[in-house]
Amino acid sequence: MSAVVQLLLRRLGISLIVLVGVSMLVFGIARIIPGDPARIALGPNATVEQIAKLRSSMHLDESIVVQYGHFIKDLSRGDLGMSLYTNRPVTLDIAEFLPATLELVIVAGLLMIGIGLPLGRWSARYRGRLADHVIRLVSLLGVSAPSFVWAVILMLLFAFFLPLFPIAGRISDTYTIERVTGFLLVDTLWAGNFQAFSNALWHIVLPAFALALSGIGQAARLTRANMIETYDKPYIEMAQAYGFSGRRIANRFAFKPSLIPSLTIIGLDFAAMLGNAFLVEAVFAWPGLSRYGVAVILRKDLNAIIGTVLIISATFLLVNLIVDLLIAFLNPRIRHSQRQTS
Amino acid sequence: MKRTLIILLRNPLSLLGVLLVLMVIVLAVFADFIAPFPDHKGAVVDFVYFNQAPSDRNLMGTDLVGRDLFSRIIYAYRISLMLGVVVLVISVPIGVLAGLFAGYRGGKTEFVLMRLTDVFLSIPPLVLAIAMMGVLEPTLLNAMLAVTAMWWPWYARLVYNVARSEREEGYVLAAEVIGASQWHICFREILPNCLPAVITKMTLDMGFVIIIASSLSFLGLGVQPPTPDLGSMVAEGARYLPDSWWLTVFPGLAILVAVFGFNLIGDALREILGAEQ
Repeated sequence: MSAVVQLLLRRLGISLIVLVGVSMLVFGIARIIPGDPARIALGPNATVEQIAKLRSSMHLDESIVVQYGHFIKDLSRGDLGMSLYTNRPVTLDIAEFLPATLELVIVAGLLMIGIGLPLGRWSARYRGRLADHVIRLVSLLGVSAPSFVWAVILMLLFAFFLPLFPIAGRISDTYTIERVTGFLLVDTLWAGNFQAFSNALWHIVLPAFALALSGIGQAARLTRANMIETYDKPYIEMAQAYGFSGRRIANRFAFKPSLIPSLTIIGLDFAAMLGNAFLVEAVFAWPGLSRYGVAVILRKDLNAIIGTVLIISATFLLVNLIVDLLIAFLNPRIRHSQRQTS
Repeated sequence: MKRTLIILLRNPLSLLGVLLVLMVIVLAVFADFIAPFPDHKGAVVDFVYFNQAPSDRNLMGTDLVGRDLFSRIIYAYRISLMLGVVVLVISVPIGVLAGLFAGYRGGKTEFVLMRLTDVFLSIPPLVLAIAMMGVLEPTLLNAMLAVTAMWWPWYARLVYNVARSEREEGYVLAAEVIGASQWHICFREILPNCLPAVITKMTLDMGFVIIIASSLSFLGLGVQPPTPDLGSMVAEGARYLPDSWWLTVFPGLAILVAVFGFNLIGDALREILGAEQ
């Protein structure tokens, strides 16, 4: 078995353990709620019998361990229970709202990698010069405000004062796109409607940037720090002595080894974006998981709260798994090592 | 300590950070004397001056019920700083203890403690706090509790990494050989070596706690009105963009200024303390 497959299996195992832990934690949080969930669900006019009936169907009269057992049994069948807010299965609700959020987060993640890493590389290569100082200051500013502040500022500047981008929503009302994946950027292409695609792209620019700004700053700072550490290594001096160009040294010898530690943090930043999407979606009226999440939280809709948090955590674990694999693939020391441990 | 301070004050950027943070602290502590309208921190209504653009009377304008925005921002700083301090004072010792024991003792302690931190760290920070606030009543105390619950694992992981590498060092072995107790080794030998990293992270985290707490109240899940809070001020004002821009821009900039100050100091500390090791 190659080292990469072995690593994958190990990681998968740990992720599963962690996911079980997350489900316990979330379930625990949802059960410490003061008050009777059944009474909250049915409202003030419910009769005693109605409450008793709902209590027994929600297994609320049994011990918390038994309740958790029922929860896991349902979960294994892909059943997260009914949302008391929309009166539909929670899984259906999440399937409806999750793609919009994921689309936003993925575009923001691409911006973070596509802008943050080159900025950091540039900064490290011209260390101590003007470009370095400007990039450092800008990236520090980027991480110094929550994404809703950036959302408001970007909206004010580029949607109101300079009306370049739309103010809210995912796509103009004039387009009706058949829902295939729920990702509008994919669905519009699927339908072959390029006008709608560019319209959707136009809508996602500002929210994605607002979401990505702190990630961009973080990625740039990290890449710079790692590269500067790499620049002190003897083999860089050797490359310089051989007369490689500064650009080649930066890209080939300094940037690549610095990428590996950066990737781990980028995975964590992706997780932060899943949370921060709540804030950006609220500003740009983005029809994602956020509005649903906040609505179910305010109504103390337990099934929906548990489902939402669980899905977001599972997504995050998946991202980290991919990042770990990417690192294993990029790092020749792992890629080429055969059977270190049996 | 003194040397660190001197370096900190010599670099123009970290000096700027120190000045910004000092300004925020002074504003928060002496809010009662500095705020032009101290009673505007509460539920005051003044319909003569409602929704006014910045002027000589109201430096940053007034909100929708006529309260002075500058006064409210100063009082909001007070709450943000208090929240940051309380969260760190509770979560740092918990995280440091967990990390120390997991890193030094290894074995089962390590497995259980570190998997527990993994669980907490695999829920996106804001989402965990949002979920907790969802089931708890939205009050200042509960907001502190929710943020604390998501904060300690970061310190556990940080200290764990340092402690695990220090465990193999000669001085720990020497202490073990002469029969020092586990407590002595953890707290007197290993802990001092973790402190630079912990202190640096605490400075940076003051900013992050302010960000997370304001995010919670932005969603309506944190401090409730009429108590002034930077996050809820932005949320309230966002509905009146672009005409009443001051309602969002000034509270937003207030967050930026405070967090930027802490980050400048944290960055400088990281370079100074990191270089010393």
